[in-house]
Amino acid sequence: MTAPLLRLRDVAVEYGRGAARVRAVDGVDLDVRPGEILGLVGESGCGKSTLGRAATGLEPLARGTVEFLGRPVEPAGRRRRGADLRRLQMVFQDPYASLNPRRKVGELIADGVVLGGGRRADGLRRARELLERVGLPGDAVGSYPHEFSGGQRQRIAIARTLAADPACIVADEPISALDASAQAQVANLLSELVAEASLGMVFVSHDLSVVRQVAHRVAVMYLGRIVEIGDTATVWSDPRHPYTEALVAAIPRADGAGTLPVDLPGDVPDPAAPPSGCHFHPRCPLVQDRCRVQDPRLEPVAGRSAACLVRAPGSGNRAGAVPLTGPGRP
Amino acid sequence: MTVAESPLDPPAGVPAGERPDPGAAAGGPGRTGRAGRGSRRSPWRQPLAVTGFVVLALWTLVAVFAPALAPYDPDAQAFDTLQAPSGAHLFGTDEVGRDVLSRVLFGARISLPYAVILVVAAMLIGAVLGGLAGYFGGWVDAVVMRLADLVFAFPGIILALAIAAALGPQLRNAVIAVVVVSWPSYARLVRSLVLSARGAQYVVSSRLLGASGLRTLVVDIRPNSAGPVFVMAALDVGNAVLLLSGLSFLGLGAQPPTAEWGAMVAAGAQNFDRWWVGLFPGLAILTVVLAFNFVGDTLRDVLDPRTAREVRA
Amino acid sequence: MAPLLEVRGLRVALPTRRGPQLAVDDVSFDVDAGEIVGLAGESGSGKTMTAMTLLGLLPPGARTSGSAHFAGTELVGLRRRAFRDVRGRRIAMVSQDPATALHPILTIGTQLTEHMRHHLGLSAAAARARAVELLADVRIPDPEQALRSYPGQFSGGMRQRIAIAVALAAEPQLLLADEPTTALDVTVQAGILRLLDRLRREKELAVVVITHDLGVLSAVASRVHVLYGGRLAESGPAATLLTRPRHPYTRGLLDALPHPEAAAAPLRPIPGAPPSLGAVPPGCPFHPRCAFAQPSCRVDPRPEAVPVDPGHRLACPPDPLRGRPAEPVAAVRTS
Repeated sequence: MTAPLLRLRDVAVEYGRGAARVRAVDGVDLDVRPGEILGLVGESGCGKSTLGRAATGLEPLARGTVEFLGRPVEPAGRRRRGADLRRLQMVFQDPYASLNPRRKVGELIADGVVLGGGRRADGLRRARELLERVGLPGDAVGSYPHEFSGGQRQRIAIARTLAADPACIVADEPISALDASAQAQVANLLSELVAEASLGMVFVSHDLSVVRQVAHRVAVMYLGRIVEIGDTATVWSDPRHPYTEALVAAIPRADGAGTLPVDLPGDVPDPAAPPSGCHFHPRCPLVQDRCRVQDPRLEPVAGRSAACLVRAPGSGNRAGAVPLTGPGRP
Repeated sequence: MTVAESPLDPPAGVPAGERPDPGAAAGGPGRTGRAGRGSRRSPWRQPLAVTGFVVLALWTLVAVFAPALAPYDPDAQAFDTLQAPSGAHLFGTDEVGRDVLSRVLFGARISLPYAVILVVAAMLIGAVLGGLAGYFGGWVDAVVMRLADLVFAFPGIILALAIAAALGPQLRNAVIAVVVVSWPSYARLVRSLVLSARGAQYVVSSRLLGASGLRTLVVDIRPNSAGPVFVMAALDVGNAVLLLSGLSFLGLGAQPPTAEWGAMVAAGAQNFDRWWVGLFPGLAILTVVLAFNFVGDTLRDVLDPRTAREVRA
Repeated sequence: MAPLLEVRGLRVALPTRRGPQLAVDDVSFDVDAGEIVGLAGESGSGKTMTAMTLLGLLPPGARTSGSAHFAGTELVGLRRRAFRDVRGRRIAMVSQDPATALHPILTIGTQLTEHMRHHLGLSAAAARARAVELLADVRIPDPEQALRSYPGQFSGGMRQRIAIAVALAAEPQLLLADEPTTALDVTVQAGILRLLDRLRREKELAVVVITHDLGVLSAVASRVHVLYGGRLAESGPAATLLTRPRHPYTRGLLDALPHPEAAAAPLRPIPGAPPSLGAVPPGCPFHPRCAFAQPSCRVDPRPEAVPVDPGHRLACPPDPLRGRPAEPVAAVRTS
């Protein structure tokens, strides 16, 4: 097995101070390997975007470590981000906000080369190549971002990150703001790029049905914790955590059968005051008494790991004290 | 896209429907057109804007060609004092027998350039300090903003008076005094613009590519924050003219015999029954201040978020 | 029985720099009471402009023709003043972003009761009682408390439920829901879709759901009208249209969706992008992106939506997908 590009161990991120402190991410372990897309799904407010930002060093960690190619990833603060971290990039959700409206597309993409110490002319040449790679005409270098549609702008944003020759990209809801056919186009583009260059990618999305099409592995988050992680096909076809199950059941099928998707009652609880025991217990159809007091650990079950006392009663969950087992393939 | 954008924006209060972006799907080279520049309300259709620009243009011409336009030497005490307006002296003469018209025309050579210079200076100082405060935060921010608070704690004219008095009554010192009271507004505005832009995704993505904080400040944040600063500056030139004239009126700015509007109004106040002495320089101040306000408002309309959204879409 | 809403040959021209351009071009459909009808299409398909016409909220300078007959009232050409009695009172609207529909600094109670007192002439007490009832209807826990709360205190899903409650306050007969769940999580979306379906059954509410998500329409709509470039591409019963699409565009939209049932495979996007206003190509508006396009598709006249089966209309004279087996679309994709 190849070494992970990106390695997160026991990562916690907190917002606010004192009594108002919110733990947005709580003890997450993740590995991203070359050529792999790791899907990160969950409802809004589950901490998936925060985790993505923490993985690229945009959020300070309250606990734990993030390593990229063996080196620690830390928020750059006011300083310049180190050259070794340039190969860890991010694609944002809103292609209207992630491109400076006052600069030409060519300059924006050339940044990836210029900021790495390259010459501007080389950067512009690279910009043309990359634009063509992402399916836009090379002469788009002379245009401004507002001259393009949402999907085209997202391609430009992707080309910009590619100019830094990334090894790993965190894509935060990269297609959610796009139109139906643009979604599929950009999702496919990301898949191709990962396969071509053996990139590692974290694909953050609220849409499990999309993640399922692009991701090799999927991690399902609920209230700052990973509740289930494993190969996409395994998790999708046979979800073990009741939350994953609810997410899958809630996806409307365009099969013309008129089946109403299954409702998951209730809302994501306030992360400032998470429920005791298993965070999911107030909404869980399988809830048992011990779920209200005991914290479930990620335990291997049926080819993936799930954090559920009922469905994945591993040794750790029975005893409640065994340290975390590694995520990923058992 | 193009013009479709503005009509797709439903009237105020109506929830927006689909994102106004009919070209949103990505695809081949079929690039969507430029957002509707032409659909933007043209400033040339608004009477106030046109008035403002025309008045300013006229005053600029006056300032440049004052020697040619003025019928007499503005400083020559060559006539009978306090003559009412007549064919020979359209605006009359003042208390020492100078031609008021000539002095008003020459006054433009003082008020306009000094006001512009001082606003530019205040803007530059304020923008640089505010930008640094906003971007670097910490002690830089604390020092700059406490300084600004110090200035804000006093009414502008009082503080300017005190500074001008301390430095000595001289036009140059009056300008310095007005700069000192004016820069904090720019610092505060630029700081808030930078603070909001600092977290903008395009700034974050530049940082991820390895741009230094200073570079994002100059390359990414500056061009996107310049608009509101220019609007403020345009509106501020009027204020600067007023403040400078005010200081001169109180004897702390331009010194006799300089033809300066504020000082001339002061002379008019001494000879209140001879209305022409103070009225015409007063009107000059009024028209310049109003014109700069009209122009500033127009700039704001052109640069306002609604228009910005049109460009964005 | 006549349909509640009968739209016939609706055309909407919007003013542009290059003169008026058709945003909606010859669109016809019916909505019965107690029925959910879907308008599907991408950005710029004309689906939102159709809704704006029915609400009398077209931008200034827009010109309409055709007819939209709503329960005895002709909406096309209705004067602005007369529209005020229709909009909000008889036809209500729910938008994608509940944040824009709810006033941030008024309590939920004020927003709900103002509406009722204005439109229904209820007393304060009666309005309050009904507001509690409505919030309970849309499943807001503790409605009494909710009345005293502000929109910011609720989650996105809750806000959308409240926006629906506000829309329903004046007991409208027709609800226009423009991308009502696009901004929401799937679990919350499921709740909203169930709510719409329940309102339809229990209150005979007619709903027009406007979305690009055919999955949503499959769940709730009985009939679906697919719009492209301002024109009707295909319309028919949801069950037929989604299992045996006849228009290549409908097929493309389905193929671009991830299919839960099928094996994981790359998505099959429709190449290119939808046309913008005033740049709709001649002939069939979809022909530049269509794999089946023939020379005849590239020239005017534009294809009309004509009946091909009972209740099924199609604007595609070559009809290349006719007689294709009723296989799940996804099965084709895996090949």
